[in-house]
Amino acid sequence: MEPINVVKSVITPLNRKNVDTDQIISKEFLKRIERTGFGQYVFYHWRFDQNGNPIEDFVLNQPQYKGSKILVAHENFGCGSSREHAPWAILDYGFNVVVAPSFADIFHNNCFKNGILPIELKVPEIEELLAKGEQSALEAEVNLEAQTLTADGKEYHFDIDPYYKEMLLNGWDEIALTFKYEDAIEKFEANRVAF
Amino acid sequence: MGKNIIEKVWDQHVVYHEDGKPDLLYIDLHLIHEVTSPQAFEGLRLNNRKVRRPDLCFATMDHNVPTRNLPIINDPIAKTQINTLAKNCEEFGIQLADMGHPDQGIVHVIGPQLGLTQPGKTIVCGDSHTSTHGAFGAIAFGIGTSEVEHVLSTQTLWQSKPKTMQIHVEGELGFGVTAKDIILAIIAKFGIDVGTGHIVEFTGDAIHKLSMEERMTICNMSIEAGAKAGLISPDDITVDYIKGRRYAPQGEKFEEAKQYWLSLASDADATYDKTLVIQTSEIEPFVTWGTNPSMGSGISKSVPYASDFKDESDKQSLQKALTYMDLQEGTPLTDIEIQHVFIGSCTNSRLHDLRAAAAVIQGKHVHPNVRAIVVPGSYSVKKQAEEEGLDKIFIEAGFEWRESGCSMCLAMNEDVVPAGERCASTSNRNFEGRQGAGSRTHLVSPPMAAAAAIAGHFVDVREIMNVPV
Repeated sequence: MEPINVVKSVITPLNRKNVDTDQIISKEFLKRIERTGFGQYVFYHWRFDQNGNPIEDFVLNQPQYKGSKILVAHENFGCGSSREHAPWAILDYGFNVVVAPSFADIFHNNCFKNGILPIELKVPEIEELLAKGEQSALEAEVNLEAQTLTADGKEYHFDIDPYYKEMLLNGWDEIALTFKYEDAIEKFEANRVAF
Repeated sequence: MGKNIIEKVWDQHVVYHEDGKPDLLYIDLHLIHEVTSPQAFEGLRLNNRKVRRPDLCFATMDHNVPTRNLPIINDPIAKTQINTLAKNCEEFGIQLADMGHPDQGIVHVIGPQLGLTQPGKTIVCGDSHTSTHGAFGAIAFGIGTSEVEHVLSTQTLWQSKPKTMQIHVEGELGFGVTAKDIILAIIAKFGIDVGTGHIVEFTGDAIHKLSMEERMTICNMSIEAGAKAGLISPDDITVDYIKGRRYAPQGEKFEEAKQYWLSLASDADATYDKTLVIQTSEIEPFVTWGTNPSMGSGISKSVPYASDFKDESDKQSLQKALTYMDLQEGTPLTDIEIQHVFIGSCTNSRLHDLRAAAAVIQGKHVHPNVRAIVVPGSYSVKKQAEEEGLDKIFIEAGFEWRESGCSMCLAMNEDVVPAGERCASTSNRNFEGRQGAGSRTHLVSPPMAAAAAIAGHFVDVREIMNVPV
């Protein structure tokens, strides 16, 4: 996984609550056996109509947000299915940071395994970013080390679990880290309750 | 002070704890299916890693499998994914219930059926509806593919200890009200993200009077309330269900296990980070009208008005949902006509569900405008249902009787609801396009789905029920 620290780009304002992983990546695209190549399908049924033509007023199709690495959305982002194809699609499309007031648990976990930084801000802060971002292209800079998002001269602070912060900053392979606890796992296995 | 079951089971599985870090949690059972596992096995190969405990893994094929004309798979990409699982299981020594195997079925149906699911276990699967297994008093939750790989390699996961929540169902269930209605009512009342960051224990007489299959329906949909997991303390009903199943402990071991399992139940003086209460008098047969599982109401109600909501973003969500669903504010739910009925999914495809639906349709016929299918949750459920003659009741009523799998719940196989058409579905998600691009899903219980199949629109099943379900 790629380390992540500073991300600068225009934000993509996706003013929706409860964006579920079925919308992020629809089931017809889950049949691939690779981790890559899902970006072209992200938000497919919001981006394209039934004939495959782009739906112009959907935010990802608007030219001012091209090249954006920071997705901003409303509460409970990533709810529903556990499919890791959702963060794979988001990352492959080009987003490294997702900002929302809250995230569904499994999606939140999945982000950290893929070098995506999920940032939680307060509802009024999100509404401010969405409003500004919808009005005109809003440049933002995220700094994971400093735990800040800066946009339009204003600095927003975010909290993050120090364990996951370190993982993201270093791009660590979690499995390799866990192997260091082999003794503890063996000891546990020798005594665990099993029928 | 007493402990609740969530704390007891969690604490029992902590391999390593350090303040300021997630716990390293041991996993007792890892269930695997074809869609969320190929990249995990590929990761093992790329890093030259092994499966640490293949004996604690069990795999099956469910998401992609066709439900008729077995074993032909017309979709070549689906076929590759299915073949990939078979190859991976062979290479890494994992037991597999392959297509056509008598143990095959939806992963959350076969785990309990085989006795793999037991109280006090930690159970994971690359599938959000793993919460189903919580019905037995296990901590069971869905994980992503990277975590699948982590469990395969280490049999553990780094997990921050979730908060605990009690959802207490108070009172006796009314006639014709099912487990599905309880959980839909809970989600409608408390919201789609009320459980985020929590493991939920469902408590109350109404819960403990339910059969294991009904409890599975409730825990299955804990994820639709955002919960990390949902569970129910084990009791005699739990123990009786497990007894004699293939992977359950046998003889003296069973007695020993039974004592341990029952000791896991929450202590009388246990506390929770949060407690919510719902009265059974609030719960009637439910229908969802929107595009997430919290957007539902009792059958006597109508589609809500925007003016019913205070929050501007809730008004907008309602408008978006109603536009997608092609519904008007204030439409009585009984006026909504449907073209499809799906009885199946890890929520409602067990024998109890099929019996409950069959009781409603016996001697009646599916409405001419409706196409109705029944997809039993497993090969074994199908066999048992056929032994009872349920297949004949369904077929004579005009239903299609299919092979087991996830089928039209997420429409990854050929069982798809066409764009613009409506389905009364016993599944768990009514998200946009869930059952096919442009499809419109209404979540209901099996008896309500059966009643809608006959009438061609939603009806209060209590008005046509002959016997209590």
